[in-house]
Amino acid sequence: MAYQPCVRGINMSSQARRQRLVVEDIGDVTVVNFVDKKILDEQNIQMIGDDLFRLVDELGRRKLLLNFSNVEFMSSAALGKLIRLHQRLAQVGGKLVLCEISKTILEIFTLTKLDKMLKIVKDEQTGLSSF
Amino acid sequence: MPTPVQTDLTVPSELGEVRRIQGEIKEALQSNQFGDRDLFHIELALEEALVNAIKHGNQLDPDKKVFVRYSVIPDRFDIRIEDQGDGFCPEDVPDPTAIENLERPCGRGLLMIRSFMSDVTYHGKGNVVTMTKHRSNDDE
Repeated sequence: MAYQPCVRGINMSSQARRQRLVVEDIGDVTVVNFVDKKILDEQNIQMIGDDLFRLVDELGRRKLLLNFSNVEFMSSAALGKLIRLHQRLAQVGGKLVLCEISKTILEIFTLTKLDKMLKIVKDEQTGLSSF
Repeated sequence: MPTPVQTDLTVPSELGEVRRIQGEIKEALQSNQFGDRDLFHIELALEEALVNAIKHGNQLDPDKKVFVRYSVIPDRFDIRIEDQGDGFCPEDVPDPTAIENLERPCGRGLLMIRSFMSDVTYHGKGNVVTMTKHRSNDDE
């Protein structure tokens, strides 16, 4: 199935905040890319988490595809946020899918056995098809 | 050319200090020819251990410090991290990989530290941790 990329992007930050996410709607799936390579550490994860939850709670998104292609580092705090996001989406009948996770980052998911709980796919196209 | 390093740091209980210390240690590791995989693992363990000290140990109290001593030689990295908190018992932390705990959003830091470092020991009341990483033979 071919998807028509949405021409409208959403900037998830106000002028006063540095942009941490790039969000794009492709059909009814919201694709999220992370701006910085090392954004998923303790210092940043709260703000990133707020932005992700805002997509669900305020903007009503129900199908979230997180693209990790730009992510080179992830802390346990980031894992916690992903778990909460997964739970929140399940509560509202939505779904969370993760894609483009590098081998080194995937090691963290397998170590913590979160690869058994979270839906992880290889690439964005597969992710878009998995909803 | 490898340059052995030994450094003592006293840092405030601010999360911003984590990146600064990671950067400093990463430079020392690279100058001693640690590979990318070791760098990744050490950086992860440092993140977890330093955040534990600052956030959980010292409760982000600006009056409390974290004391760090680290050394890097060509085949080994050692670090000691001490906070001024009340300590904790690592054995009391539930296994985050147990099925009943998988959905819990916290409690994975110790697992990551122990998995990525060659040796991890908590001392005293639990407010001191020493970690060692032996340099891997192959850069994966």
